[in-house]
Amino acid sequence: MIRIQDLTHISDTEWEIPQSFRPDMRVPVRIFATRELLEQVMQDKSLEQAVNSATLPGLVGRALVMPDMHQGYGFPIGGVAATVFPQGVVSPGGIGYDINCGVRLLASGVELDAARPHLDELATRLDQACPSGVGTEGVVRLTVPELERLLREGSRWALRNGYGAERDLLRTEEGGCLEGADPGKVSERAKGRGCQQIGSVGAGNHFVEVDVVETIFDPGAARAMDLREGCLALQIHCGSRGLGHQVCTDYVQSFQAAVQRYGIQLPDRELVCAPMDSPEGAAYLGAMRAAANFAFANRQVLAHSARGAFEQTFAGIVKDWRLTQVYDIAHNMGKLETHTIDGERLKVCVHRKGATRAFGPGAPGLPPEYEAIGQPVLVPGSMGTASWVLVGTEESMARTFGSTCHGAGRTMSRARAKHEVRGDALRQELEGRGIRVRAGSMAGLAEEAPQAYKDVDRVVETVCRAGIVGKVARLRPVAVVKG
Amino acid sequence: MPYEELPHTADWSIRVEARDLAGLFVEAALAMNDLAGAQLGSAQRRETVFETAAQDAESLLVAFLSELVYYAENERTAFDRFQARVDRQQGGWTLSARMSGAPLASLGKAIKAVTFHDLKIRPSPQGYSVVIVFDV
Repeated sequence: MIRIQDLTHISDTEWEIPQSFRPDMRVPVRIFATRELLEQVMQDKSLEQAVNSATLPGLVGRALVMPDMHQGYGFPIGGVAATVFPQGVVSPGGIGYDINCGVRLLASGVELDAARPHLDELATRLDQACPSGVGTEGVVRLTVPELERLLREGSRWALRNGYGAERDLLRTEEGGCLEGADPGKVSERAKGRGCQQIGSVGAGNHFVEVDVVETIFDPGAARAMDLREGCLALQIHCGSRGLGHQVCTDYVQSFQAAVQRYGIQLPDRELVCAPMDSPEGAAYLGAMRAAANFAFANRQVLAHSARGAFEQTFAGIVKDWRLTQVYDIAHNMGKLETHTIDGERLKVCVHRKGATRAFGPGAPGLPPEYEAIGQPVLVPGSMGTASWVLVGTEESMARTFGSTCHGAGRTMSRARAKHEVRGDALRQELEGRGIRVRAGSMAGLAEEAPQAYKDVDRVVETVCRAGIVGKVARLRPVAVVKG
Repeated sequence: MPYEELPHTADWSIRVEARDLAGLFVEAALAMNDLAGAQLGSAQRRETVFETAAQDAESLLVAFLSELVYYAENERTAFDRFQARVDRQQGGWTLSARMSGAPLASLGKAIKAVTFHDLKIRPSPQGYSVVIVFDV
């Protein structure tokens, strides 16, 4: 049990658990939270899990947790940790089962006033075009050889097959394709799951959402991102579906023996890991990158489907109905990046589990229009609440391995949410607030009720005050499609 | 249902108890079905045998439940009758499970994965107990 007096108070948004807190810690844990958010997370096991994550071999700098943190398994959600390449470890449980779960944001010139009479129709078309729900199949069926091409190429595969434009890839993390993906390290079972699921949203907290750009805080950055106040935007939140879940399941199971082979002692078996320069570690990295590419391609195909829904709804009614990609960013990923840590440039594997990359101005890999402003950071709120568009900063590069929060973060268990909230009543309430809802399951809707989450505005305020991101725009939902 | 749902902020955590290890595996499978809201259809039932080996009983349990997660998603099939045998042998553990089930009529909730987080099979007054965390 970790108490508030065990923490060192750094500032009004930062706290630290010193390395001396537990003998097996290899680095301290830095927590980004106000006192209020910190007290909230002390109700669950987030901080204990953060301390556990600080025991991985090869860690450098600090283990980090963002203000949207909550209890997960292995790492806490909101956790970030960097291990030195190549001798440090990679931990599948530090990345999660939904490899490259992430968010894509597209902007439009459709003004809300013009769109309002057509929002019901748009929501229905999006629901039909973007299959969601438990066990749904996608809009594309692939053979195994074609899937293997997709696993190597990511969004590039989608482009080759007519699902999007070159500009989409420029505005996607890593161009929508992680180098070093190895389909040969993905099990046949995982491939079998993936063949049926490209172009599907899935269930749980995944969604397709239409928003209106409500407030712009940084007009220059918003202009670079094609975001216009009062106009519609579209978010897609999903990941690598069953393929990614199976990849993680396979490697968490096989790494149980690997930790014994390499003499690695861990406080939680979900943190199993292997050195990146070992055969096991290299195999996982190849498979994880393939799953990440699947997720990039999945969101690319979904964006194409959503563009079709916008065209069917608005073409001939409004002048500028086209959706322009703002950015696509992962929040469950392990990436090889170079960062300055204690004055030294090091190549590290940054594990982000429920945390978003937030590269600052001038960081490598950004398209020209974002070089001066930093990488767009997409932070969806809970259903029915605001979402945020932020940008990474020089501070995030210096202090958080270029990382920040990924959402609001849960505070209430799913069981309690279902007990306290009725799905149909929630739907009625959201509709009453002008938010169209298309949901496959009322119980699923109840689990994702806004009251089950933290206030996303406070989470965003915390990372902004800490200096690791800057505000660009606040979005308000007008239609949501959920599984 | 002889299982108890435990507080967890984001995922599902349950405690399962049974008189013996094989019973614990079966109860965990039935609990998972119940949590996911698996409704079996009336189409022709099918039977299959799942056999696996692992270094410890916990790994065996994860492998067994992961197999059922796969069946539910990829073959739209759930199993509700089991005859399981768990044995400790030199160098590890083995499971042999004869499973009978049917195509799913509906599934309320997708389970992404069965985790090793805090997973420990312990002796209990009832025989054995285990806490399982599912990623949902």
